[in-house]
Amino acid sequence: MIDPKKDLLYRLADDQLILGHRNSEWNGLGPILEEDIAFSSMAQDKLGHALQLYSLLHELGEAEPDTVAFTRNAGQFHCCQLVELPIGDYAFSLMRHFLFDHAELLRFEALTASSYEPLAQVARKLKGELKYHVLHANTWIRQLGTSTDEAIEKLQAALDLTLPYALALFEKTEAEPAIIAEGIFIGEDALRQQWLENISRVLSQTALELPDVTTISPVEGGRHGVHTEFLQPLLDEMAEVFRLDPTADW
Amino acid sequence: MYGSVSTHDIPAQASTGLENEDPQLLAEFEARIARGEKIEPDDYMPALYRKQLIRMIEQHAHSEIIGSLPEGTWITRAPGFRRKMAQMAKVQDEVGHAQLLYSAAETLGKSREEMLTDLITGKSKYSNVFNYPTPTWADSNVISWLIDAGAIVNQMANARGSYGPYCRALERICAEESFHLKYGHDAVVHMATGTPVQRRMMQEALNRWWPPIMTFFGPADKASQHTEILMRWKVKMASNDDCRQQFLDMYVPKILEIGLTIPDPNLRKNEETGKWEYTEPDWEELRRVINGDGPCNQERLAVRRAAEENGAWVRRALQAKRQAPKAVRPLA
Repeated sequence: MIDPKKDLLYRLADDQLILGHRNSEWNGLGPILEEDIAFSSMAQDKLGHALQLYSLLHELGEAEPDTVAFTRNAGQFHCCQLVELPIGDYAFSLMRHFLFDHAELLRFEALTASSYEPLAQVARKLKGELKYHVLHANTWIRQLGTSTDEAIEKLQAALDLTLPYALALFEKTEAEPAIIAEGIFIGEDALRQQWLENISRVLSQTALELPDVTTISPVEGGRHGVHTEFLQPLLDEMAEVFRLDPTADW
Repeated sequence: MYGSVSTHDIPAQASTGLENEDPQLLAEFEARIARGEKIEPDDYMPALYRKQLIRMIEQHAHSEIIGSLPEGTWITRAPGFRRKMAQMAKVQDEVGHAQLLYSAAETLGKSREEMLTDLITGKSKYSNVFNYPTPTWADSNVISWLIDAGAIVNQMANARGSYGPYCRALERICAEESFHLKYGHDAVVHMATGTPVQRRMMQEALNRWWPPIMTFFGPADKASQHTEILMRWKVKMASNDDCRQQFLDMYVPKILEIGLTIPDPNLRKNEETGKWEYTEPDWEELRRVINGDGPCNQERLAVRRAAEENGAWVRRALQAKRQAPKAVRPLA
């Protein structure tokens, strides 16, 4: 049985790394320059978060952060499938960012009370940054979600598409009972409930309709190493230079 | 990141239009510049001054966003956390520079939307150097170090110019570029003193980039009525050749110091004149590439055009909200 701390850390770190990587792909492509810049800032934050979380794993005996991030294959990743999907159009990336970061903010707020003190410390730092990510997402969802029919249609389509993946953010692993019992984290069910309340509140201020989540099957598997066809090519690209000379210091 | 595109696309014999300016206002304007005062957006300025500045700042802004593309393609492939995060931050800075510069140009009366339209239709230019490919990580490092170094030489000169908003933008930009220089230098040194694979990659990248670096500052200035006026008005602050000489003075020793070779057998400093001598760059190629026939012109503009087209619905939505601020449902 895997150490519950490591189980949780891998899920958290892999989510941050992969979404950070995806967000960075918006360089040069944003609908306005300010969004190029914003997505880059969030990407940098997420990479920084991933690095801190992989560093905790390293303290628990796992390999160096660079090795862990740049040399595993898709089957060894524990990110949810939501983060690995290609950036799509801006509506898709914005909606993914909205759904993901609302969950992240709540997750790291809860983790500030973790019994695993090193993680609680990291969470106290991260939640301050995540607050701005959520503020950014809310601002845009409210703006565009109350604007033209065209924008509302695109965002609604993005919401319908991303929601089944977003619900799998809360996929549990075998370590879940131990994680809760040891006071490391409040658990996925508690988080999901708060998340639904928060996203519903923002969406209710727009023309967007949140589909009935009780009728949707979450697209799970990511937490157990089952991924979309998009993850391995992303990892190959990420490691392209790193693998040219594994003995090198870059 | 910006070098001289060229101040020569206005024919030397074209009218300066100065005969249409109020002689007294023009004399006061020139006196202010001679005293070292800055010209601000609401101040009187001759039409030629406004036109030249718009063109120059706009080209600079375009160079920043197009310039973010060749390095941007290496963000997703940067080796290791440290490089990946730094590469993102560096490229993000360049986009931020474009934002600053478009707003400086907007103070002269041309909107960002108009400028971006002129960019994607090919009507306005950007720094030629970004029409060359970056086939390896080492190429991206060479840009970060040496192209940014060249840009600093050029921009430091222009920061002493006469138009207030442009000078202030340039001061902020140069402060950030100096970090890029350190970042680029560090990355190049790691490669140039690294494993045989890394050293070979870096030397090959420098070989590819040396000719574009030599043309980065533009061809030697032709004496013309325009050049003279633009220098007097502190629109153009240093000659292309002066910038090139300054760059060679500062960076040739640094390149050699880390064990790289420069692919120009004729490059040497003439101790008598104090000037660098080098193989004459291929100005015909520069002209060809500026006019659209470089290895990556089509690709760079296609990326920009796709971004404009794909993001148009977002800008339409923002515009609609600005004109008719009504929420579908109450916000609270």
